[in-house]
Amino acid sequence: MLLTKRTLRVSYSMALVALMVSLAACGGEEDTVTTETGDDVAATGDTGDTGSGLSGNVLVDGSSTVFPISEAMAEEFMAVNPDVRVTVGVSGSGGGFKKFCAGETDISNASRPIKQEEIDLCAENGIEFIELPVAFDGISVITNPENDWAMCLTTDELRTMWEAAAQGTITSWNQIRADFPDEPLGLFGPGTDSGTYDYFGEAIIGAAGTRGDYTASEDDNVIVQGVASDPNGLGFLGYAYYAENQDTLALVEIDNGNGCVAPSPETIADGSYQPLSRPEFFYVKTTSLENPAVRAFIEFQIANENKELINEVGYVPVTDEITERAAKRLEAGTTGSVYEGGSPVGVSLKDVL
Amino acid sequence: MTSNLPPANYSTDLWQPNRALAKNTELLVKLVFGAFALVSVLTTAGIVLTLIFETFEFFQAVPLWNFLTDTQWTPLFADAQFGIFVLISATIMTTTIAILLALPVGLMAAIYLSEYAGPKTRKRLKPALEILAGVPSVVFGYFALLTVTPVLQFFIPGLQGFNALSAGLVLGISILPLVASLSEDAIYSVPASMREGSYALGATKRETIVSVVLPAALSGIVASVILAVSRAIGETMIVTLAAGQNPRLGFNPLVPVMTMTAFIVQVSLGDTPAGSIAYLSIFAVGMTLFLITLVLNLFSFWFVRKFQEKYE
Repeated sequence: MLLTKRTLRVSYSMALVALMVSLAACGGEEDTVTTETGDDVAATGDTGDTGSGLSGNVLVDGSSTVFPISEAMAEEFMAVNPDVRVTVGVSGSGGGFKKFCAGETDISNASRPIKQEEIDLCAENGIEFIELPVAFDGISVITNPENDWAMCLTTDELRTMWEAAAQGTITSWNQIRADFPDEPLGLFGPGTDSGTYDYFGEAIIGAAGTRGDYTASEDDNVIVQGVASDPNGLGFLGYAYYAENQDTLALVEIDNGNGCVAPSPETIADGSYQPLSRPEFFYVKTTSLENPAVRAFIEFQIANENKELINEVGYVPVTDEITERAAKRLEAGTTGSVYEGGSPVGVSLKDVL
Repeated sequence: MTSNLPPANYSTDLWQPNRALAKNTELLVKLVFGAFALVSVLTTAGIVLTLIFETFEFFQAVPLWNFLTDTQWTPLFADAQFGIFVLISATIMTTTIAILLALPVGLMAAIYLSEYAGPKTRKRLKPALEILAGVPSVVFGYFALLTVTPVLQFFIPGLQGFNALSAGLVLGISILPLVASLSEDAIYSVPASMREGSYALGATKRETIVSVVLPAALSGIVASVILAVSRAIGETMIVTLAAGQNPRLGFNPLVPVMTMTAFIVQVSLGDTPAGSIAYLSIFAVGMTLFLITLVLNLFSFWFVRKFQEKYE
């Protein structure tokens, strides 16, 4: 009896402390996006002006990669339209589309184009959508700063390293290239639900999929932590996470047959960082556009004047030309995906929009 | 209520208390309390049934033989393999390291608190020990990842950022209060007459503790250790944060490994469609976890029954 009583007391105190900590955590979670609302929004002209009398709810969900953009936009938007509630969720690109095609959300964020089966699901439920490219990210291959051999890797070498056939067999650096040291290969990457994982697999390996015996985490900070603490580590993640952790990580240049190129805002923007540059999208439901709050918010998000926010969170906004075409699609109500469910790898947005 | 009390001018022959109402009230109270007691039983039954059904479905798709003999665990990937021992080996490793730390330290702390410490010291040390038990495991996890690992890396050059060693050590610290506190209760409750008897025979304090007190408290100590082992096996945050999430078979404590609980976390954090094989695999892992702790608890139950010493 003594035993159970004691255990009970211990678990009570544990629960109490846990509660206190979670409360503290909630309080501490303040958004840190810098506010320079006034001028910015005044400059957006009609989108900003409609704000005054606007009210309603805007439901956004989807990719964790695009989340920082929507979060920053929502904060600025709500500052001028205090009666509009914009809720931004994070379910991953795939999870976002599941809700979107079930009609539960107005806008779905994605770090990859919508897939054919998702298009079918939307069609089944009578959901029509407009696809709006908003920014570019370069998936960055990173190593430990102590790594002095893997400065540049070819896409073939990346495939050797990550393909499913490598599972359990490719475990040492010198299996990648003969003059690499005989050191264990420590691999880190996003998990299978991530749009980053999907895009990397498609661009580097193709349909076959990657190996499974690496440290897979949906939390990009785990990848940063893992590579930063393992001299033989290698991982891949969105450029924003490299940019945030430059002092503890080294960037690997990628050779796609045209020489070594490192990801940077410039090489991502001009398309020379291939094949790992990828567009990021908003998908908006056409029926939701009848709600003035949703229309105002989506126009706000793609307005040229608000692109600085995208730079701020670490991505490269699409060019003004592409924005203009996207705005036209929105204006004209052009539905469907320009990728038609196919792979975005190697497709230039300028050509297809 | 007043109707149930004797009137002011009662005489014992006339007043009949309303026994029927009291009976009904008693029955109602019994039912209500019974229902609440049933909640925990039903919850347990629900959990076990869910585990059984989903695990059964899992084994429709994956042969039990593969589950037990494969040397790889990659249910989410293209080349899906289901070797549960990859995860079990990691769990065994972190738990063993934890117990290797928690058992000697906890037991010695318990002996000190019960046998050597004065009442004042005891009064201060015991609550301090229990505060340690109140530290949330996520805090322990980051402590392992950001403090213990870098310190260990200073001494062990080959140690990776995520590893079983530091996760196991911190896991040991987290279950230490459990071992110490429960063992201390067991040791403390050994009757003073036994110690006095031992002293009367001329035994020293050390001899008394080792030969009389500890054997008398053995069943309680073993129960505390098994409870701690169960807790270490099921502990999630520390191993997920600090041991890494790399499924690999073997007992090398210096590299990232993935425990059973870490795998369940990995799958539940993502967006896994219900009914898919990845989704079912977390139930198979959960079932394995459940069976392991069940066996441990049964063993502990049997051990306590068999070896419990009853005094007075």
